[in-house]
Amino acid sequence: MRKYLLYAFLIITGFLTLAPFIWMLSASFMFDGHASVFPPRFFPDEFTFIQYETLFSRLDVSRNLINSVLISTMVTVVSLVFNSMAGFAFAKYRFRGKDTIFKMLLSSMVIPSQVTMLPLFLMLKEFGFLNTYMAILVPGLANVFGIFLIRQYVMAIPDSLIESARIDGATDFQIYYKIIVPLAMPVMVTLAIFTFMGTWNDFLWPLIVFNDSSMYTLPVALANLMGEHTKDPELMMAGSVITILPVMLLFLVLQKYYIKGIMMGSVKE
Amino acid sequence: MKFKPVYFFLAPALTAIFVFFFIPVISAFIISFTDFDIYAIGDYSKFRFTGLDNYYKLFDNQLFWKALTNTFYFVIISGPISIAVSLGAAMILNSKLVKFKGIFRLVYFMPVVTTLVAVSIVWRFIYHPEFGLLNYGLSFVGIEKIDWLGDPFWSMPSIIILSIWKNFGYNMIIFIAGLQNIPEELYEAAQIEGANGWQRFTKITLPMLAPTTVFITIITMIGYFQLFAEPYIMTQGGPLDSTLSIVLYMYQEGFRWWNMGYSSAIAFVLFVIILAGTLIQMWVQKRREA
Repeated sequence: MRKYLLYAFLIITGFLTLAPFIWMLSASFMFDGHASVFPPRFFPDEFTFIQYETLFSRLDVSRNLINSVLISTMVTVVSLVFNSMAGFAFAKYRFRGKDTIFKMLLSSMVIPSQVTMLPLFLMLKEFGFLNTYMAILVPGLANVFGIFLIRQYVMAIPDSLIESARIDGATDFQIYYKIIVPLAMPVMVTLAIFTFMGTWNDFLWPLIVFNDSSMYTLPVALANLMGEHTKDPELMMAGSVITILPVMLLFLVLQKYYIKGIMMGSVKE
Repeated sequence: MKFKPVYFFLAPALTAIFVFFFIPVISAFIISFTDFDIYAIGDYSKFRFTGLDNYYKLFDNQLFWKALTNTFYFVIISGPISIAVSLGAAMILNSKLVKFKGIFRLVYFMPVVTTLVAVSIVWRFIYHPEFGLLNYGLSFVGIEKIDWLGDPFWSMPSIIILSIWKNFGYNMIIFIAGLQNIPEELYEAAQIEGANGWQRFTKITLPMLAPTTVFITIITMIGYFQLFAEPYIMTQGGPLDSTLSIVLYMYQEGFRWWNMGYSSAIAFVLFVIILAGTLIQMWVQKRREA
């Protein structure tokens, strides 16, 4: 009996959690005005792709989609290289000031990124990076969370592996490239998903550094579109689907790594 | 002196973090003591140091206090509720009675990975007073139509509901990990001693989860204090400034009116609040352990 109550509860709350997505999907396949009805429809009355066509033809959302894909990929790849090298250094080398630097980095995590935004904006303006991909890439080159995550993982790799490679004449870079990177692949994948999704979903920073609409990432383009289409739920829902779907699929494929990352991040102190 | 390879590994990341994080933080601190504005952006010689003026102005400004109160309202209500929901979900999903855990976990987690701007737009329509899903759902339990985003009383609760829905899955995952680390023998022993469910929860589960809870409280609080996209998309801070958050206020002052000195001062107030919150949490945790 208790078991069935539990299941009923789980299914109802599960439905409530998914209801916004179901409605979003349903409305995105409707003609103009068909989602503004009472009671709300969980299934389109007449099925159409017209909203998606409008987005891609008239509103040129493909441009924003490309921006989002390229920016997120670039940030992910570059920061993965930077973070993994630094994480490796903190895990396996001894050098002066190591503990102090590491502690400083960790404590800097309480500084909200908003604090840096004004000076960073001025800096990027000086470099001529506003309205370019560099504006997102530059502040995302490396981050403390990434370094920390890699370090935790690499610390568990036995020193003997590194020692024996060294005896065989491997250089430090070969050790990083041929031993550490392959062995740390699971955590690299985890970090890659976090970075990709974080960059994809980010809103405030791209809103600040892009004012040329051809540079907008999907969230910024969507927010901008909302200003003109407050009365067009069908179109806005199609835009939301396009924005959400890629990260949702990515998560579904790699969820194991994502979940592991959350747990690793939570055992720090 | 030979060049050490370790510096080759450290240099890229540390340089990037130093130049694009630490220097901006220090610069922001300095800018917050100046009258840096749109004229100074064109010509850097056109600003001067004004001491604590920005901070005085800030604490004299009604709108700032409004933003501060709104943000605290949001954090204080949203934080504990979402943590409680996360814990509840984690405990149910950790129960031995439940099968298909993976599917439910996945469903509850779905909102976490989605784009905040997109779901804010979805929810803006869900809150529609005439055609919205929420008022439709509530009509079954006899609740009259509510003008969620148009009524200054309901606007903040609307944002709170959205953020709980969006975030509870994240902490749920951390709580599940925490629950799995509690040794089964503790519960068995308590059962033998005749402890009921509530006693097992308060005497075993909660104390054993304390470190996890502190961690979750800190990250949730840090995240919630940075409330921005939800009001930006759903209400633009309105109605009657009832959803104006600190970061939204900072954004408007800094990047709409280009009052960069003033805006930096707002950012630093946010930083101090987050720092104080984190230190209090850590202090509470230390005392509990001692």
